[in-house]
Amino acid sequence: MRIDRGLVLALALSLAPPVMAAGGGSYPDAGTDIHDTPSLQRGARNFANYCMGCHSAQYMRWNRLAADLGISEQVLEENLMLAGGKPHDVILSAMPAAQAAEWFGKAPPDLSLIARSRGVDYLSAFLHGFYADPSRPTGVNNTVLANTAMPHVLANLQGLQEAEYELVTREDGVTEQHLVGFKAGAPGELTPEQYDDFVRDTVNFLDYMGEPVKAKRERLGVWVVLFLLVLFLLAWLQKKEYWKDVR
Amino acid sequence: MANANTPAEDGTLLGWINARFPLTRMWEEQWGKYYAPKNLNNWYLFGSLSLFVLVLQIVTGIFLTMNYKPSAAEAFGSVEYIMRDVEWGWLIRYLHSTGASAFFLVVYLHMFRAMLYGSYRKPRELLWIFGMVIYLVLMAEAFFGYLLPWGNMSYWGAQVIVSLFGTLPVIGAGLVEWIRGDFYISDITLNRFFALHVIALPLLLVFLVVAHLLALHEVGSNNPDGIDVKKHKGPDGHPLDSIPSHPYYSVKDIMGLTAFLVLFCAVVFFAPTLGGLFLEAPNFEPANPMQTPEHIAPVWYFTPFYAMLRAVPAFLGTQVWGVLVMGAAIVLLFFLPWLDRSPVRSIRYRGPIYKIALALFVIWFVVLGYCGLMPAVEPFKTLSVIGTIYYFAYLLLMPWFTRIDSHKPEPERVTYHAH
Repeated sequence: MRIDRGLVLALALSLAPPVMAAGGGSYPDAGTDIHDTPSLQRGARNFANYCMGCHSAQYMRWNRLAADLGISEQVLEENLMLAGGKPHDVILSAMPAAQAAEWFGKAPPDLSLIARSRGVDYLSAFLHGFYADPSRPTGVNNTVLANTAMPHVLANLQGLQEAEYELVTREDGVTEQHLVGFKAGAPGELTPEQYDDFVRDTVNFLDYMGEPVKAKRERLGVWVVLFLLVLFLLAWLQKKEYWKDVR
Repeated sequence: MANANTPAEDGTLLGWINARFPLTRMWEEQWGKYYAPKNLNNWYLFGSLSLFVLVLQIVTGIFLTMNYKPSAAEAFGSVEYIMRDVEWGWLIRYLHSTGASAFFLVVYLHMFRAMLYGSYRKPRELLWIFGMVIYLVLMAEAFFGYLLPWGNMSYWGAQVIVSLFGTLPVIGAGLVEWIRGDFYISDITLNRFFALHVIALPLLLVFLVVAHLLALHEVGSNNPDGIDVKKHKGPDGHPLDSIPSHPYYSVKDIMGLTAFLVLFCAVVFFAPTLGGLFLEAPNFEPANPMQTPEHIAPVWYFTPFYAMLRAVPAFLGTQVWGVLVMGAAIVLLFFLPWLDRSPVRSIRYRGPIYKIALALFVIWFVVLGYCGLMPAVEPFKTLSVIGTIYYFAYLLLMPWFTRIDSHKPEPERVTYHAH
């Protein structure tokens, strides 16, 4: 068979996605891997201990999570389902949404799909981005989401970093503060490397929750594509055989 | 009374049916003994692929409908229910969402094939027009379907497109309200878009595809040489350069289908969002009338026309000009059979002017598509303006440049090298 080069080129061009940054900015690589089950298990623990008090994951069922992550039902009920309930329940927050909105000014968003709408890199940068800002009601601000309503619930782990500003005088003579970096503030329980791992596991788990079937889909996809390649080979040979008659 | 064409019963089931219904005759006329030129190349695979994707969309659509809830309160959650709790629901949904983009991809390539080989030229004008109507209905189908997941991009995308009708003078405001059935995009809008997406337009699409195929098999397929194969007929009354579709094009289309499925399934299983091109990140947040996404762009298959819309500035206090330009860009394509005045059909025997003009047309169409995905900033604004001017110049000047262009003599018989 003669491969039509123009055709191949057209297909390649039409399938090449343009480079697009999710969420309007680019962030360092989160380094997550949804095939790393131990990381997902640690992430589930982090989520239960640090996120679930305020955030729900209303599309994620406990028993699905346990089955996918290789967690026994006993461990699930004792260590993760801290608010009780049935294993087939979805993950709901302990905090009533109306009151949460009153306390924080905005109800904490559901986290089922946060990794799909924001991207893992954004989430990792966000969880690394808290710094002390006495002007805010929560005492902290965030480099990724300015004036976030979320308090720094991981401050006892990360510590509270302080912002370093640079004074910049604009052309019109007004002086502005520009954030240039962080300096260590009050230390936390974890070293910076341990905190990086903590965030990576947590974000990895959020990515898993965004699409629980993702790991299975990719494993299955290898076989589907291999099967179709073999099928294509046979279909091509069949076509060649029949077309021998055509002169 | 049996008419002259009705075969006598021969004791078989098929004979029994054929005496009552033209089953064998229909099969033979439409495919089995439909003689097509033997030199059709791989560009001719996209017709059967379009038909496959249509069937795929209908079948996956039926299963999605079994679990989807067309209500503003439940739609978003029901899609996540399909993705997580319905057996193989994730696969059905990704096949459908990827199928939507694949549909446009194969249809665009199918249309480009017609432009390469002049397949729209006499006597295939009506065939081309049926095809254009299919394309138009497909755009409406995709637009209505895009609202159904009720994500934030669904919501604001529909908001932007529906409001385009609001720019029309006098009737605009009333028309927009009539389309939405409400004063804003609401549960009522979602319900009617659902009805149009799952019943009205698919029905129309199937009907049009039947008409498209009937017209094709009536006039016969064009070929990469663009010459009339019926000028040289054999003793059996069939053109010498034609072969029956079955088995030759059956086995070739099966080969094309498996090649397509390799690429299609690679996307479904490894990159169903295709980096935000097939499923956009903001659409994983529920519709929120109070919060617009940071950057609203339609799905890639609409973006060339979206770029044209944005390329035209408002004047006399109205945006309607951009909307009219966008509409004209589609309407002009209907007239392609009459805009092309070249004495030859196929690109193989056309002169350099047409070849360069068509290549630039493709390049600018892709550039327009890219600009439509990007925010309205430089250099995309300028590129959109140039692209829009080129698009219209190509079509409007076609009667002139196809006439002055040189051309090579067409062969008597088709070019075919047996392998």
